[in-house]
Amino acid sequence: MNSDVTDFASVAPAYPELVIAVGALVLVILGVIINKERSALISWLAVLLIAAAGVVALAMPADGVLFNGVFIADAFARYMKLLVLGGAALALILAMPNSVENGVHKFEYSILAVLATLGMMIMVSANDLMSLYIGLELQSLAAYVIAAIKTDDKRASEAGLKYFVLGALSSGMLLYGASLIYGFTGHTNLQEIVAAIAMEGRSVGLIFGMVFLLAGVAFKMSAVPFHMWTPDVYEGAPTPVTAFFAMAPKVAAMALMVRLVMDTFQPISSDWQQVVIFISIASMVLAAFAAIGQRSIKRLIAYSSIGHVGFALVGLSSGTQVGVEGVAIYMAIYLTMTVGLFACVLSLRTENGYVENIEDLAGAAQARPFVAAIMAILMFSLIGMPPLAGFFAKWHVFLAAIEANLYVLSVIGVLASAVSAYYYLRVVKTMYFDEPKATFAAVPNELTILLAISAFLIVTYYFSVGNALTNWAHIAAGSLF
Amino acid sequence: MTFDNTILTIVTFLPLLGAALVLVTPKTALNAIRWTSLATTLVTLALALWLWAAFDPSNPGFQFVVNYDWLGNSIGYRVGVDGISVLFVVLSALLMPFCVLASWEAIDKRLKEYMAVFLILEVLMIGVFTTLDLAMFYVFFEGTLLPMFLIIGIWGGKRRIQASYKFFFYTFVGSVLMLLAIMAMYWNAGTTDISRLLTHEFPEGMQTWLWLAFFASLAVKMPMWPFHRWLPEAHVEAPTAGSVILAAILLKLGGYGFLRFSLPMFPDASAQFANFVFVLSVAAIIITSLVALVQTDIKKLIAYSSVAHMGFVTMGIFAGNALGIQGAVFQMLSHGLVSGALFLAVGVIYDRMHTREIDAYGGLVERMPQYAFAFMVFTMANVGLPGTSGFVGEFLTMMGVFQVNTWVAFGAAFGVILSAGYALWLYRRVVFGALTKDSLKSILDLNLREKVVLYPLIVMIIVFGFYPAPILDTTAAAVDNLVAHYAASVGLDPSVSLAEARAPLEYAAPTGEVQPAAEHAAEPAAH
Repeated sequence: MNSDVTDFASVAPAYPELVIAVGALVLVILGVIINKERSALISWLAVLLIAAAGVVALAMPADGVLFNGVFIADAFARYMKLLVLGGAALALILAMPNSVENGVHKFEYSILAVLATLGMMIMVSANDLMSLYIGLELQSLAAYVIAAIKTDDKRASEAGLKYFVLGALSSGMLLYGASLIYGFTGHTNLQEIVAAIAMEGRSVGLIFGMVFLLAGVAFKMSAVPFHMWTPDVYEGAPTPVTAFFAMAPKVAAMALMVRLVMDTFQPISSDWQQVVIFISIASMVLAAFAAIGQRSIKRLIAYSSIGHVGFALVGLSSGTQVGVEGVAIYMAIYLTMTVGLFACVLSLRTENGYVENIEDLAGAAQARPFVAAIMAILMFSLIGMPPLAGFFAKWHVFLAAIEANLYVLSVIGVLASAVSAYYYLRVVKTMYFDEPKATFAAVPNELTILLAISAFLIVTYYFSVGNALTNWAHIAAGSLF
Repeated sequence: MTFDNTILTIVTFLPLLGAALVLVTPKTALNAIRWTSLATTLVTLALALWLWAAFDPSNPGFQFVVNYDWLGNSIGYRVGVDGISVLFVVLSALLMPFCVLASWEAIDKRLKEYMAVFLILEVLMIGVFTTLDLAMFYVFFEGTLLPMFLIIGIWGGKRRIQASYKFFFYTFVGSVLMLLAIMAMYWNAGTTDISRLLTHEFPEGMQTWLWLAFFASLAVKMPMWPFHRWLPEAHVEAPTAGSVILAAILLKLGGYGFLRFSLPMFPDASAQFANFVFVLSVAAIIITSLVALVQTDIKKLIAYSSVAHMGFVTMGIFAGNALGIQGAVFQMLSHGLVSGALFLAVGVIYDRMHTREIDAYGGLVERMPQYAFAFMVFTMANVGLPGTSGFVGEFLTMMGVFQVNTWVAFGAAFGVILSAGYALWLYRRVVFGALTKDSLKSILDLNLREKVVLYPLIVMIIVFGFYPAPILDTTAAAVDNLVAHYAASVGLDPSVSLAEARAPLEYAAPTGEVQPAAEHAAEPAAH
């Protein structure tokens, strides 16, 4: 087979990945050479590297299928990659203050995060079952290690192990699904699979393969019923690592899911729709009820993220361009809210260390009015209260569901969001209505800036970024059709 | 950038500027915060009045319209007011300075946040009435929950947390269904532009569902019996200014929603459900009036009386004739003034005694004659005494509904009697009687700030009672247009329902600019 790579310019669609890959190798060498105490430098370099990849993706947009058809770059991939890069870079910035206490001061952390990012970018651009798996595993293996990076902490080690075991199981399912699909269609390339399905029609083996494949991806984005690991890993891992898990990998997995169902399995849409609708309803409802009983903030965030995946999938269930647009917008807004949320959690420190339980937040509004106000805004936005960005996210996904006449799904979804309001409001109530118990430490500058940016975008979404984001998501979704 | 295409945007978002100013003021500079807030609300009021002055009442359509697509092709930036909404803008802007003044000293903690939240609430309230985009209507409508939740929860009374949760969930659960209905409307009509949706005809089967979804939200907001359970608690626990806004403006969002959406956009469903609404309205009027009779808490009593008065509004709206709808709009505006005034009056004695128990008062007239007078006017307006604004609304709605269903009017008339019962009894127990309680012996009469708050309201309530023409004239053209559209859609002869409506209206608004019925009847046919 002749290679389609003839010269340097012909790999232009893969420039961002190449930047990250080469940069990660350079960072490893640098990290080993320079003094270990100066890992902050490596962290900043990693952020710069990711930013550089983002600039490359933005400044030199190139569409195309590369490497004998295993890699695809289109507007949708570019949109999702920028989200992934943004999420990864912001998670690295979140990890900088108090990094020693969090156990993320080692330079390996930043490098592993960069490698995970590379994996996610490959997931987003995967056009072949092989590259899909490689990207997924590169991301997962790096993630398993950074979950347990705080080696002297039992909970972190437990989280890492749990993540690894369950992750390996899901990879197995995914591979099994991939092998079934290969067996029943004779192809690994996604485009060829579409053609094969269109030619030969659906078969039981293919449906089985698809369900296994989707289950593997659903695990990565922690959708019910593949969510069991999420609360434990989120709680056990150091908070900056949790932030990393909650942002970029979800976007990448969602992008992969969208590409699989909208592109590869498009001819059997009525089959995958059932799966996606089920996952969506299960995620929304379970998260809404399970989060009510949580006392730990990180577990609450875990359930909240499960619920949000469910809401994003509402858009995908429709199987329309409006739906994909909704998912794209949803993930961007979800990312913004999550950055702010983790910045809040990392900013609220009492004399006993980080705030772990919700009741420890009591009276934060008086001690840290700025952080508390932003956290309250984020909570309202996560509920989906207008005029905050969270509302517009829900607007776009439910709009698609209504267009596709998925009324039952929509009603269950909005009612689940009403139930979820209960636990989000509890955080606001604790911060604002209760009397203070502890004193809170000052907020590091990096976090203040992130908080301010996130809150600004969320509050002014309608006026500031809303229009641009909607148009951009429209273009991105259009490239899949 | 002319007056016409900027005024609504400025009126809506000006308070946001005030909120930003308040937020950057140091939190110890209490006076600066108070005066900034007051100045902002006064400027907004001035602009709102200017808007009303510039408004052309003979034009039944939307005025000062701005219409852009924004956020893809679903949500737009569209504003405009017609004869119905312009007055609510004025009412919202009018009550805010009173709220700021009522909170001048009553709020003893976190004043900065309080004022900022109130100003943001003003933006959202005015936004509801000025927006012409269905999705943005939802944004503002639902957005009001957020500041109100905080106002009740942070600055409320002892059981504030339960009250704020109840308020939030009742309204939120109802509203999300309306959100889905809004989306379905978008897909059916291809736009969220209200001015285009008003002329769009939704399929009959769909109308029923849309009507019910809107009803779920609006009936809770209104609140209609039996969805009113959140209201007494929210009212009782909210600080004075919070109760004022809740009663005077937020309840009106429900009525406004019925007028703007349910009636014109789903006329068939409205006609179909009219009797259902009548039953609930009369039940609200009678049952909540009876419930109000036995209350021991002043604010709770007023809260229940609000539910009863809102019963007149829903009844008037779904009567579907010009008289009923004019009456409903007038009743909403009048109730905004009267209930706002009553809560402000209760706030005056609450600030002194820190109790809302009726039994803790008695004989106030001896120490507080000026207060007694003000409270009397408000009580009489609440009863609906002729000569106060309360009378006009109740009278018109009952006239309107009488033409449609005599029994409903008959039932509603009991409400007038019962309201006299509970309101006058409340007045007797609080103001009259012997001043025996030691705690009340040193109570002081109104101070200057309180006079500034209460006296203008007395004047307005009496002026609009004797001379309702400014309000009725403003709404007339828009209401006629609405009625003509509604009557045509449900298959009634519009000229008949208008002609019938004209004569009594002439009586109610003797000095109003009333045109001959025939000429009026001819006009809507052209639409």
